[in-house]
Amino acid sequence: MFKQRPILVTAIAAVLAIVIGIVLSFVIHWFPVQASTQAHNTDRLYHVLVIVSIPIFVLVVSVILYCCWQFRMKPGEELKDGPPIHGNTRLEVVWTTIPAIILLALVSYSFVVLHDNEKKPTREIQVGVTGQQFAWTFQYPPSVTGGKPVESDQLYLPEGESVQFGLHSKDVIHAFWIPAFRLQEDVVPGITVHYRATPDRLGTYPIVCNLLCGLGHSLMRAQVHVVPEAKFKQWLKSREALAGSSASSSSSTAGSAG
Amino acid sequence: MATTTAPAPSQHGSGYGSGSLSFGAKLRAPGFYRAAWMMVLGVAFAFGLTWLVRMTTGHTTFKHYIDGEAILTVSLIAVPLLFLVGIGGFDYWFYWAAGRKTRPEDHSGHGAYSWRDYFRINTDHKVIGIQYTVSSFFFLLIGGLIAMLMRAELAAPGAQFVDANTYNGLFSVHASLLIFLFVIPVFAGLGNFVIPLMIGAPDMAFPRLNALSFWLLPVAGALMIGSFFAPGGAFADGWTAYAPLSTDAPVGQTFFSLAVQFAGASSIMTALNFLVTIITMRAPGMSFFRLPLLVWANFATSLLVVIATPFIAASQFFVLLDRALGFNFFNAAKGGDVLMYQHVFWFYSHPAVYIMMLPGFGIVSEVIAVKARKPIFGYRMMAFSLLAIVGLGFTVWAHHMFTSGMASWIRIPMAITTAIIAVPTGIKIFSWLATLWRGVLHLDTPMLFALGFLTTFTLGGISGVMLAMIPFDIHVSATYFIVAHIHYVLFGGSLMTIFAGVYYWFPKMTGRMYDERLGKWHFWTTFVFFNLTFGPMHILGLQGMPRRVEDYASKFASLNLAISIMSFALGLSTLIFLYNMVTSWRGGPIAVKNPWRGMTLEWQVSSPPPVFNFDKLPTVVGGPYEYGVPGAVHGTFAPGPTPATVGAAGPRQVAGSSE
Repeated sequence: MFKQRPILVTAIAAVLAIVIGIVLSFVIHWFPVQASTQAHNTDRLYHVLVIVSIPIFVLVVSVILYCCWQFRMKPGEELKDGPPIHGNTRLEVVWTTIPAIILLALVSYSFVVLHDNEKKPTREIQVGVTGQQFAWTFQYPPSVTGGKPVESDQLYLPEGESVQFGLHSKDVIHAFWIPAFRLQEDVVPGITVHYRATPDRLGTYPIVCNLLCGLGHSLMRAQVHVVPEAKFKQWLKSREALAGSSASSSSSTAGSAG
Repeated sequence: MATTTAPAPSQHGSGYGSGSLSFGAKLRAPGFYRAAWMMVLGVAFAFGLTWLVRMTTGHTTFKHYIDGEAILTVSLIAVPLLFLVGIGGFDYWFYWAAGRKTRPEDHSGHGAYSWRDYFRINTDHKVIGIQYTVSSFFFLLIGGLIAMLMRAELAAPGAQFVDANTYNGLFSVHASLLIFLFVIPVFAGLGNFVIPLMIGAPDMAFPRLNALSFWLLPVAGALMIGSFFAPGGAFADGWTAYAPLSTDAPVGQTFFSLAVQFAGASSIMTALNFLVTIITMRAPGMSFFRLPLLVWANFATSLLVVIATPFIAASQFFVLLDRALGFNFFNAAKGGDVLMYQHVFWFYSHPAVYIMMLPGFGIVSEVIAVKARKPIFGYRMMAFSLLAIVGLGFTVWAHHMFTSGMASWIRIPMAITTAIIAVPTGIKIFSWLATLWRGVLHLDTPMLFALGFLTTFTLGGISGVMLAMIPFDIHVSATYFIVAHIHYVLFGGSLMTIFAGVYYWFPKMTGRMYDERLGKWHFWTTFVFFNLTFGPMHILGLQGMPRRVEDYASKFASLNLAISIMSFALGLSTLIFLYNMVTSWRGGPIAVKNPWRGMTLEWQVSSPPPVFNFDKLPTVVGGPYEYGVPGAVHGTFAPGPTPATVGAAGPRQVAGSSE
């Protein structure tokens, strides 16, 4: 059967490979935990991309392997040439339009995800993020604290509430990335960059500076604590009190100078 | 050593090498001796210029007239230029501009008769091609060794071998060397050797420009490697060198900014040469649609180079002006625009990735057609897709800037154009697959590398399509997912095609055959360990590991250790290649004219070719891939014009050809 129906055998092997690939794509632990509403959308997008990619990759490899198996030069064929096939217009039209359609579909879907991830909600809190070599500090304006502005080297966020970050840099370009949220933007001197996130899972997650900013780049880390709304308000009040009682605002832990 | 079949001249190296002269004459003749004292002059000039300018612009004491960084910056421009003057790179043009009698060109300096001819200004495209290829591989080895150091550091979390500044310098120099001094020039080298042969020309349109374009490369390489010895260490802001990090960095950064200018100038000169040669010097009967696809690919690449490269020059000039003369291009406090650097930089650096891939596409077309004994499927679409990639390649640059903080609307058209450019690339992959179908496949080393390329480049292209999807890119931008993608397309893409091309044209370039068994070992070890090294990096990025860090969260430790071990194996596999190349070049079996039974014109002359390529000018009568058609011929040497008799209608032929 192997020798008599090579195309069938190859097709079966390819389908098997596709199925195994798709099963693996569900089993492999691709991402860190999902801690924002945006994370669910992005992860789903990625998964769709993987599932679409598997048949394409399997197709390419199957053709290569099939050709190596069936069309390899045999002893005695050293001087033999293949048939002078220059092209096939119908085939070329097919393999131009089908990828174009797939790409159009994927890009459209990605735009839907982008819109869902970035659309402005009815309620939102603003939090300032300042990046400097090599530490993060966070600023809560009066609209959030209900009183005086609060500055902290800890980022606390209320669960379930959309937060819009306003990113500022004191020196060079950094990037404010929260992998668990699947969101980042660069922190650029001279402009304020915004992005929004809706944390939807309690917990503590790493914040990573994700753009080379000098010697301390790999150490420029922080943490975001997603807490219940009540705990968030409590924390803000305690920070306000701290700021009130001491003359200067909380100091940030600057890393070693570059 | 490659020798040529023209008679050895009485004083070879006429004017461009100082082989057998007295010491005084050596100091005046173009060559390394003259270059040496001229470089010293360059330092003196830098010192004097700095003193003069600072004295006349308000500095008060003579101690302020001397500034180390200022003198170094001017030296880094003056010294390399004077090196090039010293070895004779500009001699002809200086003589001509001054109205002096130029050195009579009897072409006795053309070609290579000893190893010395490879270490001087040489106008023979075949010699230049070998100079380019060998020196590019030298920089591959250095860039690769740097990668080994990086992987040694990354094998475990924490800092074990190097500090942060050194590590940042390592990955910056690694990428810069491999991009500007390996991938881009090695394609220029292979193209330099092969293109005139393929189109039936005796040499390039501008042989002197060609010679100069090569010698700019060791200059650029010396600058990049020399930065390790600069105060403050090597440039350490990535090969992307974003401002304002780069404008405030120690002087090592200037080494990068200037090295890029020299490498860029080299690239532009070569591209100009390729364009004029391909357009004007094709043999009779060689219409554009009878060109081998390697020539099409280099034609397309050269268009990219001449249009795009000035933009990276501009970006580095901005940085240099900010650093050296206190300009404020990227000083936000003084009204500068930090993002402008990125737009200008990426406007080159995106086309750069196509500059680093398109010649490889050409190589794959040549290898697959010959090794499958079939015409390339869909030749016209293959040519048009190259041109489509050129055009579209200029419309996608800001996909490197999705998270840059630029105006958010720009992301939308950039994502669309990025998705569109996948279509011509896909057409090429499918066309190569269709070429294999029903062919007679010779699965030797060049073919294996071409097939390996098809696999790994497809993976790199797939991850690229993923990255075009903005929400996904927002998560993985600047992570190890990007590092994985880069290496799948540059190593699994470009480098595989470079190996394919080197093995394929090795007999033509050296006159010897390489060892096929070692070649296969090289392929399989490379293919397996490449995938084991870079495959897992996709997961690291998704899981949250940023790039350009020497330390990382401990949860990434086991994957990093595994990757490091695989990378050492990958590094070792290069030794198989090196051993094969050296021993085969020195003592491999003598190669015949046409070991692969190819139809393109380079296989119709001896291995290596005569000094002016063709004893009789070929006439092209058919396509380059007419395999399977009994009696089909691409070019004939039957009664037709000889080089000396091609008249005003054709390009001006060199005097003294071997007729």
